[in-house]
Amino acid sequence: MKVKSCKKLAAVTVIAGSVLFSSACSDSDSASGKKTAGDKNTISITFRDGGGTNKGLTQWLNNDIIPAFKKEHPKANIKLSPISASEGDYFAKVALMLKSDQSAPDIVTEDTFMVNSDASAGYLEPLDNRIESWDEWDQYIDNVKNGVKAQDGKTYGVPFNTDSRGLWYNKEVFKKAGLPVPWEPKSWDDILTAARTIKKKSPDVIPMWMNSGKATGEATSMQTFEMLLYGTEDPLYDENKQKWIVNSPGLEDTYTFIDTIYKEKLGPNLSQVLNGQGGTIAYTQLMPKGKIGIGLDGIWQAGNYRKDGPAPWPEAFDKLGFTAMPTQKGQAPGTTSMSGGWAFSIPKKSDNKDLSWEFIKFVSSKENNLKLLLKENNLSPRKDVSKEKEYLDLPMFKEASEFLKNTHFRPSVDKYPSVSTVIQSTVEDVVTDKLSPKQAVENYKKNVTRVVGKDKVIER
Amino acid sequence: MDAHPVISSSTAVDGGSSSRKKQNRKLWASALFLLPAWLLLLIFFIGPILLTFYFAFTNLSLTGSEAQSTQFVGFSNFLNMFQDPNFRISVMKTVIFLLFSAIIGQQVLGFILALLMKEKNPAFRRVIGIIIIAGWVTPEIVVAFCWVAFLNDSGTLNALLQQVGLKPVAWLFTFPMASVIIANIWHGTAFSMLVFQAALDDVPKSIEEAAVVDGASRFQVLYKIVLPMIKGSVVTNMILVTLQTLGVFTLIYAMTGGGPGTSTQTLPIFMYNQAFVNYQLGYGTAISLILLLIGVLVSVLYLKSMKVKV
Repeated sequence: MKVKSCKKLAAVTVIAGSVLFSSACSDSDSASGKKTAGDKNTISITFRDGGGTNKGLTQWLNNDIIPAFKKEHPKANIKLSPISASEGDYFAKVALMLKSDQSAPDIVTEDTFMVNSDASAGYLEPLDNRIESWDEWDQYIDNVKNGVKAQDGKTYGVPFNTDSRGLWYNKEVFKKAGLPVPWEPKSWDDILTAARTIKKKSPDVIPMWMNSGKATGEATSMQTFEMLLYGTEDPLYDENKQKWIVNSPGLEDTYTFIDTIYKEKLGPNLSQVLNGQGGTIAYTQLMPKGKIGIGLDGIWQAGNYRKDGPAPWPEAFDKLGFTAMPTQKGQAPGTTSMSGGWAFSIPKKSDNKDLSWEFIKFVSSKENNLKLLLKENNLSPRKDVSKEKEYLDLPMFKEASEFLKNTHFRPSVDKYPSVSTVIQSTVEDVVTDKLSPKQAVENYKKNVTRVVGKDKVIER
Repeated sequence: MDAHPVISSSTAVDGGSSSRKKQNRKLWASALFLLPAWLLLLIFFIGPILLTFYFAFTNLSLTGSEAQSTQFVGFSNFLNMFQDPNFRISVMKTVIFLLFSAIIGQQVLGFILALLMKEKNPAFRRVIGIIIIAGWVTPEIVVAFCWVAFLNDSGTLNALLQQVGLKPVAWLFTFPMASVIIANIWHGTAFSMLVFQAALDDVPKSIEEAAVVDGASRFQVLYKIVLPMIKGSVVTNMILVTLQTLGVFTLIYAMTGGGPGTSTQTLPIFMYNQAFVNYQLGYGTAISLILLLIGVLVSVLYLKSMKVKV
């Protein structure tokens, strides 16, 4: 009897528990930041935060934007619903959120390389009609505008920042190794020579740091692989023929350069660099200690060393230089860079598109955009902001803005994110010596063909 | 076990149509009461499995144009999979992980622990038991963090090695598979130990004693008497541990992310990467189907080879 009543009790508990649990699950409104239907005055904004990412953006929204916007629209209620996730997971989560009426926010921040993909999936609202009657769109740099255009030719977002990439170098390490300061490498060989010299003169310094693993995700594709590849004659994608280039001398040379760095031990320990936190550790810990000679990365790394940054370092910009990435053999135009950036988009399933658009226009004004970039240490997508003295006074911004002249954008094709993951795994395989550069090209060819289809690839 | 009294009490009632009616009514009543449970099972268990079957034959994608116009693509996901060297690698890694962490590690270690603790001082049994079970009740993600803290470049193990003058080793990088296997053994052994403890306690002492009197050695007793008597538990445990280990994702993902390279990329990790990193949900689903198939196959194999009914 006793056992039986115990069992009954257990059964009741389980049922009650599951009911409670399921009701807790259905209360997802608060979790997704979604307001009750029909509320025309509330908009929710989804962006990535956590672990120090987008601190500038969060502060800007909370301190500058929301109070000012409420002055203009007293009834408006702005809800922040950030996602704390790694960069790769953020995109997957956003895609899942945008799929459903229940969870779609009213505004979402998208990395421009995902705009095309999410637009093709039907998750985003085209903004062309709205942009037509907005006179400030002319202020946006044309290159950046292309980044938010999808394959169908429509525009799906308003960029709020852009960036450029180059070579960070430690002047003291360079001086000690007898290398010239300021440093202006003219070809890949110049970079290798400098790295070899550093290795010889200061064995405890990592001569060259570049993201090289799957764990660092898009950073490996863009900051390392594409920075190299776009310095050769062969880009990732043939825009005229609209096909992916899956075999080219440029591809093999790119893998060879990466291979050389690790084969000659000019790079960091693999356990350091193949880690998801590798890049953060490199720029917040190793760089300030003078343990890195050269780093191939973006302008935003300067933000680490600000007074309110994660690794304040007042004399950073006396000790560090930021120089343009040369083309492979110094061929015209001599330097290269890659640019990306983030944009505000309106999901198709948003039920408050008009107010969302008002909000996007408001935050994209010259003053508000400038305020964001002063906090964020990224480049502005607006021409007028880029001329402001306050902006140009930011350390290294003059240099970084210069790089925009010869910069490239990732192909705006909806398969790019999948191709990018192929890049990341082949680079890691080369770095860990699982594949030779030649095999890596073959592997790249095979996997990209599988992802995009046989009719969408060419060889050079 | 407790179903018996119910059946016997209803059949014990004097026969005839009235009792059959009663029985019928009872059947209907129980069916009615079971209906919600059945419905729940159908919706939340059978439904997703059927959906998985369907999605595995489509090019369903998380983003990109296929997300909008999902098409039926026949067997192409499976053809791709069998041509994908990464899939073959993942199957190999899964087999290695399964063999060493579940079948050899947890199973054998769990058995040895149970055997050593048999008929020992209860206080001793309790203390040791609690320590081992602590590893089992710890959530997987916490286990992963503990082991990362222990094994990483500046972790506890390396600190200890340096204390005795040895060079630190990047464990998670140099021995990634061994690291996750050890962590999984640490985490899962308690379960096997509990199963074997219960089984060993059921072996009558008199039989063992009789065998010893007849001149059997300790090993012979174990091999010829005890093991055959607990065969059922061995198989059940083997199946449970195998299925459990086939699905291990959190531990590996948090410790190594499936890397470096593909060195710890078991099937669940491969599936996750294809579905949520490469956004190819259809392909990921096809992989999960294969995983399901492997699980079924392995279970049937065990049952057949041991000729036991569960």
